[in-house]
Amino acid sequence: MATINLTINGKKQTVDVDPKTPVLWVLREHLRLVGTKYGCGIAQCGACTIHVNGTAVRSCSLPVSAAQNKEITTIEGLSENGEHPVQKAWLEHDVAQCGYCQTGQIMSAAALLKSNPNPTDAQIETAMSGNICRCGTYLRIREAIKEAAGQK
Amino acid sequence: MEKINTSQSRRSFLKSSVLASGGLMISFSGLAKYTLDDTVSETLPAEQWNELTGYIKITSDNLIQILNPNPEFGQNVMTSLPMIVAEELDVDWKKVIVEMGPHDNTKLGPQFTGGSNSVRMYWKPLREAGAAARQMLRDAAAQTWSVPVEEVTTKAGMLYHEKSGKSGKYGDFASKAAANPIPKGIKLKDVKSFNVVGNSSKNVEGLKIVTGKPLFALDHFYEGMLIAMIEHPPAFGKKLKSFDAAEALKMPGIKDVFALKLYPDGFEQAGFDTRTFNDLLVVVGNTTWEVMNARKKLKATWEPIGETKETIGGFRGKTEVVIPAGLESTSTQLEKMAEYAKKPAQELRKDGDPETAFANAAQILERTYTAPFLAHNCMEPMNFIAHVTDEKALLVGPHQAPGWIEPTLAKILNLSADKIEIQMTRMGGGFGLRAYGHYLVEAALISRKVKAPVKLVYSREDDMTYGIYRPMYTATYRAALDTNKNLIAFHVKGGGIPEHPVHANRFPAGAVDNYLAEGWTIPSNITIGAFRAPRSNFNAAAEQSFLDELAELMGKDPIDLRLELLKRAKENPVGKNNDYDAGRYAGVLTLLKEKSGWNNPENKKYNRGVAAYFCHASYAAHVVDIVTKNGQPYVERVFSAVDCGVVINPDAAINMVQGAVVDGIGNAFYGGLVHKEGVSEQNNFNRYRMIRNREAPQKIDVYFVESEIDPTGLGEPPFPPVFGAVANALYKNTGKRFYNQPFINDLNDKSDKS
Repeated sequence: MATINLTINGKKQTVDVDPKTPVLWVLREHLRLVGTKYGCGIAQCGACTIHVNGTAVRSCSLPVSAAQNKEITTIEGLSENGEHPVQKAWLEHDVAQCGYCQTGQIMSAAALLKSNPNPTDAQIETAMSGNICRCGTYLRIREAIKEAAGQK
Repeated sequence: MEKINTSQSRRSFLKSSVLASGGLMISFSGLAKYTLDDTVSETLPAEQWNELTGYIKITSDNLIQILNPNPEFGQNVMTSLPMIVAEELDVDWKKVIVEMGPHDNTKLGPQFTGGSNSVRMYWKPLREAGAAARQMLRDAAAQTWSVPVEEVTTKAGMLYHEKSGKSGKYGDFASKAAANPIPKGIKLKDVKSFNVVGNSSKNVEGLKIVTGKPLFALDHFYEGMLIAMIEHPPAFGKKLKSFDAAEALKMPGIKDVFALKLYPDGFEQAGFDTRTFNDLLVVVGNTTWEVMNARKKLKATWEPIGETKETIGGFRGKTEVVIPAGLESTSTQLEKMAEYAKKPAQELRKDGDPETAFANAAQILERTYTAPFLAHNCMEPMNFIAHVTDEKALLVGPHQAPGWIEPTLAKILNLSADKIEIQMTRMGGGFGLRAYGHYLVEAALISRKVKAPVKLVYSREDDMTYGIYRPMYTATYRAALDTNKNLIAFHVKGGGIPEHPVHANRFPAGAVDNYLAEGWTIPSNITIGAFRAPRSNFNAAAEQSFLDELAELMGKDPIDLRLELLKRAKENPVGKNNDYDAGRYAGVLTLLKEKSGWNNPENKKYNRGVAAYFCHASYAAHVVDIVTKNGQPYVERVFSAVDCGVVINPDAAINMVQGAVVDGIGNAFYGGLVHKEGVSEQNNFNRYRMIRNREAPQKIDVYFVESEIDPTGLGEPPFPPVFGAVANALYKNTGKRFYNQPFINDLNDKSDKS
């Protein structure tokens, strides 16, 4: 156990956990920020995607000790109430089916648009291929990203 | 148990809101966000709901709440079912508050999600519920105004009496209406006058989904709740022999480690009580990560299970099932299937004299198809929350049919059904897997043992290696042609582990004079279960590929061949039990032919494949257009035609079809489990390949047949024919026929076997 200082969604937080604990579980079970999902535990499905210093990271494979002194953003911090352009575009295109993967998809999409505000189709597909959607909503995900990028 | 959800306990939020806002202002965290209209957010406390029917509540302040009765697993019933009620109730959909109903089969009907049944099953009851409530409101207004009820009209949640100029909100009459009995002989609206049904509405839970609200059971927390995980045997055909928990118990946060027997010896299972492993090793602790770590310190030994017998009840009566011993491997299973395919099988249907027709044939086409076990791989791994005491049980979580497992829970826990409360959470996918209830029983028994609320969590590996897979299937199709290349006989002989896939009375049965369908099975200790369009998801791959090859042999266009056969089945059907409507079947193909530009020369640049199928009372057909991208075949676009009767929520229905197409492409190309000595070689997404964004088509155009027929299935029907259409397009792209799923194996195999 160790005392870990984190900055999550702009707020300083202290947790007392095993430093090897993945950020995913710290978020979900210690801080009750449950919008970040568990899907595979090995950084293969993207359901747990968060931003660390603005970059999309799979939180299931990031030890909490490595997240100290970095800016962590979760879906709860992306906007107050769904006002982020990516979230709005997701609603506009009614992307979700079961919805479980969508917060991870949104976090990947938001990180993409932050680093590349006007991505090509190929760049969107590449950036989003780390996030599995079992329901198969990939086409709407792409459309929503283009909408958020102002391409539609 | 006291629920301490992060932000979502609706009732506690309601109370705290009253306090926070100091009066009537309630912001309804859970409720208002379901509506699209902000004006709904001011209202009276929930105690003032007047229940008009089991599904509808109205306050005197004109808040209108409609309960969704059925479990939501992504098919969007949270939106589509309340839309049906709203249509007949005649309310402004934007002002309706939708809420998940309690699990109460008496009040809210069958409450199961599966078999593409949600809308089909609730279509009439929900229309009647809405129409009855509207009638009750009109009666109440007529009584109040002292006017004939025939003169009272409604529009968008308002009541009017034109002659007197009187009008009022539904809410004004709700308490009076609620006191009246539910009327009989209610008149339903004409389909042509619908204005909610048939108009696209956004998912009522959309905002909660995109903001990451705690919709799923894994997101719920309760006071004193512990996390449990199960170490199941590492191979099918094995069971727990002994274990040493000393090291695991020393790990931080660990509360208990114990062996758990799920069903007692001789337990008579119900139809959906399937469980793969009965002797389990359970680790209980404070957090998921701690329990995961402690599991690595377990020292367990496993031993082979001998042959076992199970008694299973269910829809088709009681049966004895023998589960064989042994550690099975895919390679030997394939050999065994090839061997069984040559043996005599059970005759399922025979028309005419197929033996003679084949004996006299000028030409015979014979092809054999295979498909592997598939894992459902719901994005939300299996989990359930249970709090069981000697007096009662509360279970909260994702399940497709809680009413099916409740009797088993009652028996195992020795509690009467009324002492068991099941709360239905949104499911992160289901695909059939969550129709089976073993994990509810597991969670309940663990909670009772540790005397605390427990959240049972399956890791991805636990989930993928547990079983209850789509079965392994094979089928050999034969067609006999005369010297003029007329189809004179058709034969399908299908088998599987441990069930066969053949639907003997489906197309092309009914279209060929001499027809034979046979089936055979091989038992296994690898468990199987429903997987999006069970059996159909294989048949449509095999049969529709075969028809493509047959059309080529007959020198016919593949759509035209199907249309000719369907014409025969419609005008002069062979046999009596054909379970499809040849006219509707032909209808989707005709629509698809037009919409896909099937005969348009501009589309020649694509390698096009077509397939159609009927299941769950609906008809679906696809044209898949493949191009070569980076040296590999890529499905660039798809055209889909579907006849599912009345479409409730068109944009959501399109989403469902698009998803089924992507799912079908993914499973056709990549899906499959391979076993060696009872162990699955795939246990997570690094080895189980799922379709990803860049592999999905650029566009999927979906067309529905305009129809006033009562809705038929939608979640499953578009899925099966994708496999056949992909196989047929791949043939055009590569020159090779694809007989064995997943197709990626033969695509990567550069040796020319054809």
